[in-house]
Amino acid sequence: MIGVIDIGISNIGSVLNMFKYVGHEAKGISKKSELEACSKIVLPGVGSFDKGMAQLLSSGLVDTLNKRVLEDKVPVLGICLGMQLMCLSSEEGSSLGLGWIDAKVRDFRKSATPPKKTPNMGWNTVQVKKPIGLTADFDPETRFYFVHSYYVDCTNSSDALLITKYGVDFVSAFQVDNIIGAQFHPEKSHVFGANFLKKFGSM
Amino acid sequence: MINSRVIVQLLIKDGKLIKTRRFGKSKYIGDPLNAIKVFNEKAVDELVITDMTATKNGIDFDLVQKMATEAFMPICYSGGITNEVDAHKLFKLGVEKVCLTSAAISNKLLLRQLVDTYGSQSIVVNINVKKNIFGTLKVYDAASKKNTSLNLKEHINSVVDIDIGELILTDVDKDGELCGLNLELLQYVENVSMPVVITGGMKSANELVGASMKGASAVMAGSCFVFHGPHRAVLISYPFGGGYKIMKDMINDRV
Repeated sequence: MIGVIDIGISNIGSVLNMFKYVGHEAKGISKKSELEACSKIVLPGVGSFDKGMAQLLSSGLVDTLNKRVLEDKVPVLGICLGMQLMCLSSEEGSSLGLGWIDAKVRDFRKSATPPKKTPNMGWNTVQVKKPIGLTADFDPETRFYFVHSYYVDCTNSSDALLITKYGVDFVSAFQVDNIIGAQFHPEKSHVFGANFLKKFGSM
Repeated sequence: MINSRVIVQLLIKDGKLIKTRRFGKSKYIGDPLNAIKVFNEKAVDELVITDMTATKNGIDFDLVQKMATEAFMPICYSGGITNEVDAHKLFKLGVEKVCLTSAAISNKLLLRQLVDTYGSQSIVVNINVKKNIFGTLKVYDAASKKNTSLNLKEHINSVVDIDIGELILTDVDKDGELCGLNLELLQYVENVSMPVVITGGMKSANELVGASMKGASAVMAGSCFVFHGPHRAVLISYPFGGGYKIMKDMINDRV
């Protein structure tokens, strides 16, 4: 069973519905016992970095989450802000992230080549850096829906799973062992997102 | 990179899907959830749900939840948002963005709070634009069906200064008329740093090409995706592949 973490400011309804559509059993979770019981974890999120981190801390789930992800090596997928929370820190705020991935979250507007428009809002293609199961059948038409003003910058380029160009080349998905993060919203990327979540559920 | 969008606007009146002409007379289209199922299959870039009656009746959270759960594409909700609790509930129900129109005029503090709490990318402002009898563009208030005294450029600047994530410009006089978008509105947003959506009167999704050359990130329409033929028979349609495909075809034609 896939547990979708409900930290209060995230849209878990569409994630749950998309899993149902592709034939995977998923439910919203907010208790330690539920986190212990699930075989895969999704950390969705919208909103600002500090607020998201504060919600996660006040949920009391962080210790169990660290154990499940870092020790039990349960596959985990961070979506949008959820991906960013897996990093060390963010230029959006002063809170520390979960620190699972050696990466910093940066502001498009402060990059060397800032995009003409921030936030990055809309559909964009992805360049596959690592052809693993999740990305193996991606083609140049594969695209996802993005809504974000901050982007992930991985210290180790080998952590990047997908790269997308928006002013800068940013990490649109990373993968380190069992930890996966996606900047885009697979649950809102119709045929492409359905395929992505179907494969995550089958990992 | 192509990220131009063709957005479908679903207009809700008392829980039913309808479509207006020039913000007035409306025609019944059908059940909003059925419409979303059809648009799912057509792989629509984005949906904007505008509840015309939310200001009067309050936000229909139950309907929004059903619509957001049904949609496999991004949703922006618009209508009747007057405080942070409304926005909080809407995000929890699964909408990606919320859009303020009246509150963006009367309550800049709320707009600022929402940007701070949820980040710019989640907050959209719509501006209804209508010519007054002297031909000057004014900001229109749909609730009172009257132009406000607000100058368009000043209102645009006042919301852009708050660092919102997206700006929608709606031409009230062209709404539902299928006469083509008023691209002249885009001259008012030339120096705006966030994505701009233009709507009102679109007859074909291919108008995205011209709009995008003038700086728009997206075009939005209702009528041209729900009506067919001169008698406006209800038929839901959408060009498969959306903005990506339209822009890509345009680029390929030129090479």
